[in-house]
Amino acid sequence: MEALAIYQRLKDQFGDQILEIVDRKTDPYCVIAPDAVVEVARFMRDDPEIAMDCLSNQSGVDYKDRMEVVYHLFSYAKRHGAVLKVKLPRENPAVETVEKLWSSANWMEREIFDLIGVNFTGHSDLRRILLPEDWVGHPLRKDFVEPLEYHGISTVRESPIIRLESKRK
Amino acid sequence: MSLLNTLPDYVLTTKTDELLNWMRKSSLWYMLFGLACCAIELMHTGGPRADIERFGATPRASARQSDLMIVAGTLTLKMALRTRLLYDQMPDPKYVISMGSCASCGGLFQLAYSVCDGVDKILPVDVYVPGCPPRPEALTEGLLKLQEKIMSERWLTHQNGSREQVTVA
Repeated sequence: MEALAIYQRLKDQFGDQILEIVDRKTDPYCVIAPDAVVEVARFMRDDPEIAMDCLSNQSGVDYKDRMEVVYHLFSYAKRHGAVLKVKLPRENPAVETVEKLWSSANWMEREIFDLIGVNFTGHSDLRRILLPEDWVGHPLRKDFVEPLEYHGISTVRESPIIRLESKRK
Repeated sequence: MSLLNTLPDYVLTTKTDELLNWMRKSSLWYMLFGLACCAIELMHTGGPRADIERFGATPRASARQSDLMIVAGTLTLKMALRTRLLYDQMPDPKYVISMGSCASCGGLFQLAYSVCDGVDKILPVDVYVPGCPPRPEALTEGLLKLQEKIMSERWLTHQNGSREQVTVA
């Protein structure tokens, strides 16, 4: 099934919950309402025509005016894929977890929480996964300010580019 | 008067310091400790082709049995705390080889928020081996340089093995 056909089917099924369908050459995607994520995802997994049995990638993006969570789904049975996006407010972004549908979401959601700071409600174990537990802030946010030190280790770094330019002068 | 041919075969003449240094440099046990891709070259160095063991360097799985720490790879801030802990667990006298660009100065990743740019920010380093990653020959050379350094130490008469005079109160 083509990705656009899948989105059309979602549109027929969920109507207004599907906010936007974007046709692109690579990876056409559809934007869903944040409240409908689990509902739509469950439909995509269980529907025999779509049968998305694999959440191959889940990621978060900070667009300065909004946050996005992107779901890359794949069906091993039908050999087709689809991309879902959810737009979230930048202040306290939160969306319901899809961990109960695809267990692979567990770690990917932890990573998104760790680096971008999206809260996944209903997640069984929402802790930092890469950074140390006492880390302050979410470093892939555009407004992240790096602390000057971490446990006495200075994080002030001389940029090699600036060093090189000052040598040239 | 020369001692030549005056002593029986089982008598050795040497300086005590030199004998101690020679014994220490010939059994530099290094800690099995790889942080990134440099660890692959570290394994090669311990393998049959480069065979660092012919210089008496053998890998140990515990910090408490090691004389030498080869920091092989990118040191993240999270790992930096653990590295310092491991270094503290090593018995004196102990040495550190900083292997590769990342351990020496942060390398490619020095401006990343999670990277400690240089192991010398947290530990005293004896030998820096440049390269990304260094070939096994380079690391072997680093070990030989360290052996040279050990041979010049004076532990019996000087504090911390350095050439500076011990001040006795």
